[in-house]
Amino acid sequence: MLERIQVLICGGTGCMSSHSKEIKQAFEEELTNLGIKDEVGLVLTGCFGLCERGPVIVIYPDETFYAHVKVSDVKIICEEHLLKGRHIDRLLVKNPLDRNKIKQMSQLTFYSKQKRIALRNCGQINPLDIDEYIARDGYLALGEALTKMTPDQVIKEVLDSGLKGRGGGGFLTGLKWQFAAQSVSDKKYVICNADEGDPGAFMDRAILEGDPHSILEAMALCGYAIGSDQGYIYVRAEYPVAVERLEHAILQAKEYQLLGDSIFGTDFSFNIDIRLGAGAFVCGEETALIKSIEGFRGMPVLKPPFPAKKGLWGYPTNVNNVETLANIPVIFLKGADYFKSIGTENSTGTKVFALGGKINNTGLVEVPMGTTLREVVYDIGGGIPNKRKFKAIQTGGPSGGCITEKDLDTPIDFDNLKKLGSMMGSGGMIVMDEDNCMVDVARFYLEFTVEESCGKCTPCREGTKQMLDILNRICDGDGTLKDIDELEKLAHMIQKTSLCGLGQTAPNPVLSTIKHFRDEYIAHVVDKACPAGVCAELTHFVIDDGCIGCTKCAKNCPVNAISGWPKQIHMIDDELCIKCGACKKACPVGAITSIPSIRGEAV
Amino acid sequence: MKTLAELKKLRDESLKKMTMRYTKDGFRVQVGMGTCGIASGARPILNEFLEQANLRELKNMTITQVGCMGECAYEPMAEIIDESGQSYVYCSLTIPIVREIIEKHIINHQPVTRYLLSTRKDK
Ligand SMILES: Cc1cc2nc3c(=O)[nH]c(=O)nc-3n(C[C@H](O)[C@H](O)[C@H](O)COP(=O)(O)O)c2cc1C
Ligand code: SF4
Ligand code: SF4
Ligand code: SF4
Ligand code: FES
Ligand code: FES
Repeated sequence: MLERIQVLICGGTGCMSSHSKEIKQAFEEELTNLGIKDEVGLVLTGCFGLCERGPVIVIYPDETFYAHVKVSDVKIICEEHLLKGRHIDRLLVKNPLDRNKIKQMSQLTFYSKQKRIALRNCGQINPLDIDEYIARDGYLALGEALTKMTPDQVIKEVLDSGLKGRGGGGFLTGLKWQFAAQSVSDKKYVICNADEGDPGAFMDRAILEGDPHSILEAMALCGYAIGSDQGYIYVRAEYPVAVERLEHAILQAKEYQLLGDSIFGTDFSFNIDIRLGAGAFVCGEETALIKSIEGFRGMPVLKPPFPAKKGLWGYPTNVNNVETLANIPVIFLKGADYFKSIGTENSTGTKVFALGGKINNTGLVEVPMGTTLREVVYDIGGGIPNKRKFKAIQTGGPSGGCITEKDLDTPIDFDNLKKLGSMMGSGGMIVMDEDNCMVDVARFYLEFTVEESCGKCTPCREGTKQMLDILNRICDGDGTLKDIDELEKLAHMIQKTSLCGLGQTAPNPVLSTIKHFRDEYIAHVVDKACPAGVCAELTHFVIDDGCIGCTKCAKNCPVNAISGWPKQIHMIDDELCIKCGACKKACPVGAITSIPSIRGEAV
Repeated sequence: MKTLAELKKLRDESLKKMTMRYTKDGFRVQVGMGTCGIASGARPILNEFLEQANLRELKNMTITQVGCMGECAYEPMAEIIDESGQSYVYCSLTIPIVREIIEKHIINHQPVTRYLLSTRKDK
């Protein structure tokens, strides 16, 4: 029987952790009870991108978008919506502008400003069903290329598209393929880099979970282009759902003979295997990744020779990032010119960003290159919660830097972000508001790199640790002006003398916060104050006469440091206060502020 | 799968199962499925619209159900909204009537006036 309704349930990692599997099960039971199980299709998809509102479900053909769905909501959805066609109002998302409920997914500004190429199938198809991928023109690009194009033509198409690597380096993909194709060897390898170590980034995981076949198809295309018959997907073991769906996809593709020997009746053969990584950031660096697949410790080695010449087991190897590969089939289906028409001159196509931090719509967004940061933060991201003021946005993760208000109108592309002292990186975007201390932010990223340094070279291993010591000192109120100079000196030294990208870029978050927020550093070392009220040693909370005596702060204080009668101004005992900030968040009238202090004493 | 033709055939077949996720233009058919709608047999009507759409491979229509349409006496009813937003409410539907509407209105763009709610009420 024909399905009259399809219910798409988000099966991305975010929503799965908030019970989307149980929701699907509840639907199955409820639909059976109502006797309409045959009429309604249930599909567990990949991430819809709006993870903040998860678990998310979309009901077709109306395209109704329901957010924060609970298992207990399933009954009413079945009875009212599926049976009688009435929307469940309270599960709809509100339009932030007029507070009206939005019924259709495409009406959400979160989606309407996006352009989905790499994520084209995420949240649209069942990742466990190869037929749904094929219905969306899956494997058509591979079929046409194998039967109608020479490897050189394939490379030329990718070159013409202007696609640049999305894994961090931003190197022209077509050129890379060309190098690998030109290396003469009877054995070559294609590697998909799915290590995704950048804290905050999860676009690669979402693609693998939501659209695994697009990666397989792109790898096979690459294999045909460079003359390889074997691919590896290097994915971290911490991504079990992605691994499971990839394994399933590979099996299905083999069954359909879309992988294996003589694909589409040609003499081209290609196989793909999965290699699990232990989840070290440095293993995302391509030479370390290759070492890791070979069974050695994942440590970077000197380039050149580049992997395109001497890679896996000494054979020419092409390494591409997941998101880079996800774009490839579209370049063939719609043409290089179409791809080039999106984005800016030197950065074509789109980029996926993982929006996080102090922003309303945390999640995955894909926008054309050249979209401004302001559009991403305010239009798509929905702005900063709780009426706080925007302070900075960190792009490029632990290798990147921060961008401030004055540069928010910059169109995002590889070159512009570099000019601003940050970088594209893998696409993490962390938004910070006035409650974030920038010294503390720098410290967070540096702690990460100190942990993740492989230890091979001294400047990276020891230098970053010294920088971290200095930052700790500054946050504890023991820093001096000389420390800031020292940080900069160390930073430049590490950048120049480290072997791999990890060390070379590790100082970036520190340098960029010093550049844009030197006054905050100075406040820490000279005034012994943390203006944002984050560094415990340098913060002091006070209640001003705006207090209406609602007692909320006192109720929220974990150490009972607040006293006062209802309807009277409250007081904080600084001796007891542990600077957790809970009171400030709880106060409905904003009467609690953190003020700079000298070791706990107000200045 | 050994040829492009095979792939394309599978694509077209699979797409049929999924079209409802992607067709947005064309006619919109809304069948009234309030309590009395269901009681007066709206479900077979809804299914007939779907069956016909599938049988004749009509890609230019979306079929959904809506709640009470406020005219219980004339159930089962369906509202058809065309590309220009013009709305036609058909009432007291039976399976042969649905077939006629599909044939005349959806395929040949000729509304079947004698089944329209307004005409029936005037009688
Ligand atoms: C420390 C470090 C970590 C990296 N981590 C990743 C990663 O997690 N995923 C990734 O695709 N590329 C990562 N890269 C970049 C890779 O070395 C390589 O440039 C990339 O996989 C090439 O693919 P692309 O050209 O498609 O971007 C990392 C680089 C460095 C220096
Ligand atoms: S820069 Fe750091 S991570 Fe890279 S090789 Fe040297 S020690 Fe290892
Ligand atoms: S900052 Fe935390 S510990 Fe201090 S007064 Fe407020 S709630 Fe209590
Ligand atoms: S929460 Fe704010 S208004 Fe309420 S008692 Fe505390 S300081 Fe006063
Ligand atoms: S995981 Fe469900 S929307 Fe991202
Ligand atoms: S319930 Fe059908 S018209 Fe009222």
